[in-house]
Amino acid sequence: MIHFFRSLAFRSPTLKTLAVLGLFAPATHGMAAPKAGTAPVWQENPYPSTYKPYPGEPVAIVGATVFDGTGAEIPGGVVLVREGKVVAVGDAKLAVPEGYRSIDGKDKYVTPGVIDIHSHLGVYASPGVPAHADGNEATAPTTPEVWAEHSVWPQDPGFSRALTNGGVTAMQILPGSANLIGGRSVVLKNVYARTVQGMKFPGAPYGMKMACGENPKRVYGDRNQMPSTRMGNMAVDRQTWIKAAEYRKKRAGGNLDERDLANDTLADVLDGKILVQNHCYRADEMAQVIDMAKEFGYKVTAFHHAVEAYKIGDLLRENGICSAIWADWWGFKMEAFDGIPENAALLADAGACVIIHSDDANGIQRLNQEAANARAAGKRMGIIIPDGQVISWITLNPARALGVDQQTGSLAPGKMGDMVLWNANPLSVYARPEKVWVDGALLFDSADPARRPVSDFELGLPGEGDVK
Amino acid sequence: MSRAQRSLLGLVLLIAALPTMLAAAPEPGSSAARHSAPVRLPSGDFAIANATVAIGDGSAPIPGGSVLVRGGKIVAAGTGIAIPPGVPVIDGTGKWVTPGLVIAMTDLGLLDVGDVDESNDSAAGTARFNAALDVSVAIDPDAPAIAISRASGITRAGVAPSAANAIFAGQGAVIDLAETGPTAPRPRAFQVVELGERGAELAGGSRVAAQALLRNALREARELDRKMVSSKALAADPRMAEAGPGQASDGLLTRFDAAALIPVVAGRQALFVHVERAADIRAVLALKAEFPALRFVIVGAAEGWRVASELAAARVPVLAGGLADLPDRFELLAATQSNVGRMTAAGVKVGLGGFFDGDQPRHAAQFAGNLVGLARVPGATGLTWGQALAAITSIPADILGESASFGSLRTGLSGDLALWDGDPLEVSSAPITIFIDGMEQSLVSHQSRLRKRYRRPQEGSLPKAYE
Repeated sequence: MIHFFRSLAFRSPTLKTLAVLGLFAPATHGMAAPKAGTAPVWQENPYPSTYKPYPGEPVAIVGATVFDGTGAEIPGGVVLVREGKVVAVGDAKLAVPEGYRSIDGKDKYVTPGVIDIHSHLGVYASPGVPAHADGNEATAPTTPEVWAEHSVWPQDPGFSRALTNGGVTAMQILPGSANLIGGRSVVLKNVYARTVQGMKFPGAPYGMKMACGENPKRVYGDRNQMPSTRMGNMAVDRQTWIKAAEYRKKRAGGNLDERDLANDTLADVLDGKILVQNHCYRADEMAQVIDMAKEFGYKVTAFHHAVEAYKIGDLLRENGICSAIWADWWGFKMEAFDGIPENAALLADAGACVIIHSDDANGIQRLNQEAANARAAGKRMGIIIPDGQVISWITLNPARALGVDQQTGSLAPGKMGDMVLWNANPLSVYARPEKVWVDGALLFDSADPARRPVSDFELGLPGEGDVK
Repeated sequence: MSRAQRSLLGLVLLIAALPTMLAAAPEPGSSAARHSAPVRLPSGDFAIANATVAIGDGSAPIPGGSVLVRGGKIVAAGTGIAIPPGVPVIDGTGKWVTPGLVIAMTDLGLLDVGDVDESNDSAAGTARFNAALDVSVAIDPDAPAIAISRASGITRAGVAPSAANAIFAGQGAVIDLAETGPTAPRPRAFQVVELGERGAELAGGSRVAAQALLRNALREARELDRKMVSSKALAADPRMAEAGPGQASDGLLTRFDAAALIPVVAGRQALFVHVERAADIRAVLALKAEFPALRFVIVGAAEGWRVASELAAARVPVLAGGLADLPDRFELLAATQSNVGRMTAAGVKVGLGGFFDGDQPRHAAQFAGNLVGLARVPGATGLTWGQALAAITSIPADILGESASFGSLRTGLSGDLALWDGDPLEVSSAPITIFIDGMEQSLVSHQSRLRKRYRRPQEGSLPKAYE
């Protein structure tokens, strides 16, 4: 019933029907100078998060080495979490108030929940059968109108592996890179829910996926369609932005005759409400995109898969753009031929923002190891990066580039109680999450099979509930 | 790269194989002669002293140990080793020594860049032949991944073709990764066949068809073997034998392909079978009833832990993926990182394999380290440190039929060593020096040259192209 009305509302979105249905918050677009009954109006947030933190008891971890996500390291530290929030983080002098369950952190490590800024969990769910391939709307080179959340299957078994093996508590799910503009991303809490809305990170801004390079030109070039070259990539992008700018102008003036989903998203990018997450491998192409962003007045938040970012660390720093990268993926395609393991360390050395991402349902289980690997490569060439800063590559830095750093990404008072207790230094290959909390709720405990999530898909099948 | 692309590529490439002895044993002196380029330590005589020494046979690492190499061969490794005067000694204080890593299933030397088809020789989708394909004729020691893999500690590898036009992929080879090559690969070390989901697809649409194809192919090979004019010299490569009278007239295989399967059906060449699910592994083991001489190596075996006792009883070794824990395909439903540990505990000989695509061979040590870490997770089964190193050294060497040649620091084996700046299974460690047959190897690669050029990103007095 609700679905029916909702679709009706989209076809005839008048304030009256919306109000009668009571389904939507007040509209914010198209209101500047509405011609009565003609100017389209709509909701900013039609698929709102229904995520609610699960209950958790007040917890004090005492005596662990704490990497708080900002770069700091507190030996023998104390972390207090209560009612879903971080209450305090300090050294051994921080007293544990009454009412907290105290956990001995001796020889253990605490970090904020790990955040993956680049995942396709849910949109390319396991099993990876064609019926689950929902990540690339590869039917047109630009599809800003699609939203990844409408593809996410919340029963992807991969979410559980990311939590239990990787300590991942939040992630950005992106459309794939077949298209120059792939659509909106969605930020999720890594908490299983019956609906995608039940996983959506409350208050997280949207991202928009863009891609340069080989993929778009190959996908459409193979169909003898534009773009088939890198110059074609840029031309299609620029033409799209020109139209979006026109649309935005009309929208701001209340002069739209008709809504356009694609341009809604693009105009929100131009308004700075949606963050651009741009797949781009090569240094020269990143530089082109930086100029394109200036040409049309938007900002690239992060270049993803930026295997050549180390060649332009200065440029990226000056433009305030993060590089979301693997530690050392190399050689699987031409534009990955110049990837080097020292990428992250060289970027850090240049003062640019580093994020370690996965793009992979396996890699997301080992982002801590990837960060350690990248750091070690730098050390061998004389670039020394402290443990705490390395942890920020998988916590606070991705939180910033997702626009959720006020809520999570570091263990600061008032922030979400997203936290991992590791059985060893997470920068060691031998370390595993022992316990993981999301919003203060204990959602993984390696010692308690009842605190290990099992997706619907795995029930009654071989391996159900196994330690994966 | 999207997950879908990677999965597809992985599906195409994930095959595996491993051979165990072949009729033609490697020629013992062949390796010393081929090193003509200048090396930093002459004559393959040296010692490493006061290092943590890991033998690679499953035993625990030995602190304060030494390794002595003479004439390119391991003389001794452990403690209490007398180093003769005049032998150059490398101080191993704070460092670790292992055998060079051995990865049994790779595509090293068959391609330059993954998605660049023009120079990719790992698969032949429209080829006329399949089982007869012999990768040894196309292995390029200058392929960039070889230098990069060598710098990560790998000294020997199995090179496997990928099935693309039939369930049989063809015959894999064993190579060393020496810079001082060109190295003659050991050709036709194993045959690779797909019998799981990929095999079903290649066979025409079902596992039923794949099993029928395999049985018929082996039958044709056996028949051809009986009728062929052969000789001892041709036993290792019967493809080149002349046809005898009365060759089967209903053959589905080309004569070249059927002849290539003669060593398989006769048990002289290992058959690397890629299957993942428990039922498929059982179906492979059942083939022994009809073809008792087959020497299987199961590749993949994500659900091997569910049939571990059967694998152990059949004495069939496994090259497992290592960290697969997602039901990425229906044949992987029960995948768990405990797979290797559980099979090992049941007595199965398990090496780590399947290093293709994103999981490149250079990640093998990280995979092994993960299996050690896993041992501390409640309810999981991992490996000891010694077992984990063996899974990327002596066990794959053994599965390749090379246990008498390399894969551990046992006396008499090739002087293949890696000297590491820390625990070799840690992600933060890397090799400092690599030796193959006692000869120090270059660690220079495309990557190391880029690293040097871009230590500072800005141009200097000339463009980067002049640095």
